[in-house]
This record gives sequence, structure tokens and C-alpha cells, in this order.
Amino acid sequence: FEAPLCGAELLFDGIKKHQVTLPCQPEPWDIRNLLKWIKQNLLKERPELFIQGDTVRPGILVLINDADWELMGELDYKLQDQDNVVFISTLHGG
Amino acid sequence: MCQAQEEYGGCDQPQRRPRVSCAQKCMKCKEASPVLVIRVGDAFCKACFREYFVHKFRAMLGKNRAIYPGEKVLLALSGGPASSSMLRQVQEGLSREIAKKLRFIPGIIYVDEGAVCGQSLAEREETLLQMETILQASGFPYHLAHLEEVFDLPSSILQRAPHSPAGPENSYKEAVEGFICQQRREEGGSPSLPERRIQEKLAELSMREAPGTEGLAAPGARLLGAVRTEQLVQLFGSVKTLTAKEELLQTLRNHLILHTARAQGYSKVMMGDSCTRLAVKLLTNLSLGRGASLAVDTGFSDDRHGDVVVVRPMREYSAKEIAFYNHLFGVPTVFTPALDTKALEKASIHRVIERFLFGLQAEFPSTVSTVYRTGEKLSTAPGDADPATGAAEPQHCLLCLCALDTNVEDGSALQAILVSEQLSQQRLPAASPAGRGCCPGAEEQRGCCMNTTAPGADARADFLPLLCYGCRLTIKDTTCLESLPLYVRSEAERRKCRAAMKLEIQEFLLEDEAVNPGES
Repeated sequence: FEAPLCGAELLFDGIKKHQVTLPCQPEPWDIRNLLKWIKQNLLKERPELFIQGDTVRPGILVLINDADWELMGELDYKLQDQDNVVFISTLHGG
Repeated sequence: MCQAQEEYGGCDQPQRRPRVSCAQKCMKCKEASPVLVIRVGDAFCKACFREYFVHKFRAMLGKNRAIYPGEKVLLALSGGPASSSMLRQVQEGLSREIAKKLRFIPGIIYVDEGAVCGQSLAEREETLLQMETILQASGFPYHLAHLEEVFDLPSSILQRAPHSPAGPENSYKEAVEGFICQQRREEGGSPSLPERRIQEKLAELSMREAPGTEGLAAPGARLLGAVRTEQLVQLFGSVKTLTAKEELLQTLRNHLILHTARAQGYSKVMMGDSCTRLAVKLLTNLSLGRGASLAVDTGFSDDRHGDVVVVRPMREYSAKEIAFYNHLFGVPTVFTPALDTKALEKASIHRVIERFLFGLQAEFPSTVSTVYRTGEKLSTAPGDADPATGAAEPQHCLLCLCALDTNVEDGSALQAILVSEQLSQQRLPAASPAGRGCCPGAEEQRGCCMNTTAPGADARADFLPLLCYGCRLTIKDTTCLESLPLYVRSEAERRKCRAAMKLEIQEFLLEDEAVNPGES
């Protein structure tokens, strides 16, 4: 899936768009697991500026296929093939 | 909020495969499936959201009636989401063919602050290139300014210009009608007057309007540019706290924008402050001791400069709405690192408040709007006479041009602060602390001038009485006053001399009010 980030790319080596193939695993991928995966594999520095506990830091919007993740179940949304996840930061300073 | 559940039939749009989505339809058209949630549980589909967004902008301008037809308005573009969105709304508003289209003449200003934020010349060039693409695509005349130019500003920036009369309600309608009639007379097939003027302006405008520093281009001016950059870096280097740096940056940026507006004949400046940002600003200003100027700092219109009025048309949009709009409708933005990018959480008051507010908002979605609505209720009071100097009109802060709020009355919080400051100073002067100090404004730190032999302390003591409380805190965190731009220092000098002179001739002045019956 793709994961464009706006403004937060400083934390991801400056790369705005990431096309990612998630490894197969028994449990289905949901956003919660995706965030954990991102923290481990993509975030190069200062994880606390992006992730807070289980979820994204307050002030970071998550769009799944151009729709608000609140309409999709937030962390419980099950990812599907070719899904497009966008993170937009509404904060200042990263 | 909606929980994810199993399949919902009939929620898909033509191009999309069925996805799990909330059963709720768009709350406006009741037909399409929603793409975002605004406020608490208001789900909108894409088309309705766009309508809502565009309408809000026009309603904001129409409601406040602040912008007269044919007026020149300067849009302050930072490259960030809110100001880019604002630019798009202005473009849309001006391009409509209906009678209700917006009627002012826009220009754009972009201030390059890369030197302060630690960017290299190459990075700044790149950012400028990206910005220029956007600026040129807009079709409006634009001005590129570098923050280094503050060192060449005239001290008239710090003087409040005479206020152009606003005019009563019905004059707005008259102005609009007159404008429409004039347009009809002159038209007859050709592009309307404002658009023609814009095209002319674009043709004659040079690419980079940077008085003083063409710094990044021509080699001769490059040297001057490098000197100024060095000065700027030194100035910000002498500021100890991130909070003070942010405040100073904002102040200087505002001065620069004001200068450009005055020089190019703009009577209004549009800033892209969103609801979220204003809520943060409100609380931050309270923490910084700027409570007295909350109304002008966060209100729709800010007329502290007199002739140029700053308006904030984006103030009812939350950051989320803006982010969604930009993403869904392709509004280009340029990301530039700011002073506090990647700073620690508690590095500055601004960050602390932002984190607090956003964190609260996540749990209680009406937080930001509540803070905002409370701020909306603030309004500016008419200026009171200043009892300390007996002046008929209130004094204004040297840096932020708000009314001075530092009259030390008995029992006021400021008096308490000054007293405790004085008591906690380690080296108390031998001379009695009571009685006026050697500074004209004498409400300030009594022992300060006698404290050290360094001239810096003297200069600071003279400087502080000219500032409002909030600006004083900023300056207190600045170790080297000499690195402040010349216009600030010369205006401070001028005011100090005037105050000293006034004090000398005080007893010969005829007073209007009966405050001092002993004076002749």
C-alpha cells in the first residue's frame, strides 16, 4: 500500500511517499498493527512526534483512501490490498 | 464517533470498491457517503464539504464587511496549509462570473525566514523556487521578502499611522453599488477592471521585489545579503529562550509585512490563521502576559497600525478542515521547517500549549471551538487616558504597537511582580530603592541602573518602559540589545528623548484634566 505523508516527512528520511508491501502474518493487518510496523521499520527518528502510545499523536490526521479514518473505525480498520493511507500533520514543528 | 462494523450495503461510490464505512450518510445531501467528520459527528461528502468550505470564506468576508470593493489586499502566504487554502479561496472567489464575486485586488507576500530556522542557502533557494511556482500560478502580483530586510526598515513602522475612517454600515453598500455601476460603464466585453489591473501589474512587476537584498542572486548584493543574514542569525542567537525567539520572529515578520503593504499601497493584509491556531495563540498569549491585547491578536480585524488593517478570514476553519480541503482538492503547499520543528515538547510555551490543546481536543472534540468562541467575545475597549504621563491618548508598545498595559497601580498584579523582582535581586543597591530611578519611565526595575556598570543594563532599563508586559519578557530574554534592528533602537531613542523632554517641561504644560490640581 502507499503511505504519503505531508509535513512529517522529516521523520521518514525526507521521503514523502512510501510504497510498502506488508509481510504476511496470521492476524489481519489493521491500522493499529500498521502503526507498530511503521514505528519499527520506517520511522527514522523521534517516534514520539508521530506516535503516541497505541495511536497517532493528537494533531495528526489519518486518511484511508481519501476518507477520514473516523468513518472507517480508526485503529480497528482492516487494511485491504492497494489501500492508500495518508498521514497529515496539522501541528507546527513536525 | 462511528464504530466500524460489518458490510453496509449501498455506501459505495462508482469508482471505489465497497469498503467498510459508517451507515450514516452525508448530513447535508443525505445521499452520498461521507468522507470526513467535522466537529462532533457531522459527516460530509466531498461535494457538500467543498460547498461548505467555500461558502464559509465568503460568509466571513461578507459578515464583517471589512473589505471594500476595489481595495488592495495583501495575502500573507507562508506556504503552510492555512494560507495556501486562503489563497485558493481568494482565487475561486475572484474568478466567479456571477454578481457575487469578490471584488478586491489581491497581491501576495511571502517572507523567507530560512536564515532564522537554520536553513542553508541552497535549501532556501529550493524553497523559494517551489514557492515561486505557486505564486506565479496564482496570477496575482507577488512580493518575495527576506527576513533580513528588517534591518533596513524605517522607524516609521513603529509609529501608528492615522486611521483611515471606516465609514458606517450603509456606506459599504453604497461603495458596492457604485463599484458595480462603474464596472458596467467601463466594461462591454473587456475583462473587468480589477482583472485588467492585475494583468497590467503582473506585466510590469519584477520577479523579486526585495529592496536591499537581492541576496541570493546578484553577486554585488550578495555581500550585503550575507552581512544581513549574519546580523539576523546573531540577533536570534542572542535570544535565550525558544519562546522569546518565536515572539520576536512574529514581531519582525509582521513589521516586514506591514512595510511591504504600506510601500505598495495595500490597505488590508489577510493572514491565514485558522481556528485551531488562534485558539492556541489565545492561550499562549495569556501565558505570555499578553492578555490585554487578546482582542486584536485573535480577532477578525486588527487595526493597531492605523492605516493598514490585518484581517483573519480563515479564523473559523479548524486545522482538520483545512488539511482535508487541501488534500481533497489539490491545494499546493510548501513545507518549510520552522523555528520549533522537531523541538522537544516543552521547549517553548507555544509548544506546551499546542500539545495541551491538541491532546484535549482528541478526547473532547469541542475544545478548540469553545476556546475560539470565548475569544470571539473579546472586543477592544476604547483607549483610556494614561494617568502616569497624563497623555490624552494611550501609549503604545514599541514592538507590538498594542496599548501599553503597564500602569503600576496599587494592588495590580504587575506591581506585585515588580516588588517581588526587586526583593529577590541579589545585589540590592545601597541607595534607597524608594523614589524614582534614573530612567524616565521609572515604573521599572528600580535598582537596575545602579546594579552593574555595564552599559547594557542602562540601555535595557531605558528600553523596557517602552514595551508592553509581553514584549518586556521577550526583550528580557535577549542578551544583546545592540543586535536589534536599527529602526527599533532609533525609535526607542526618539521616544525616550521625547519622554525626558516632556518630563522637563511638565510643569509648564497646561493640563486638560484635573488630575493634578497642583500643576499650573
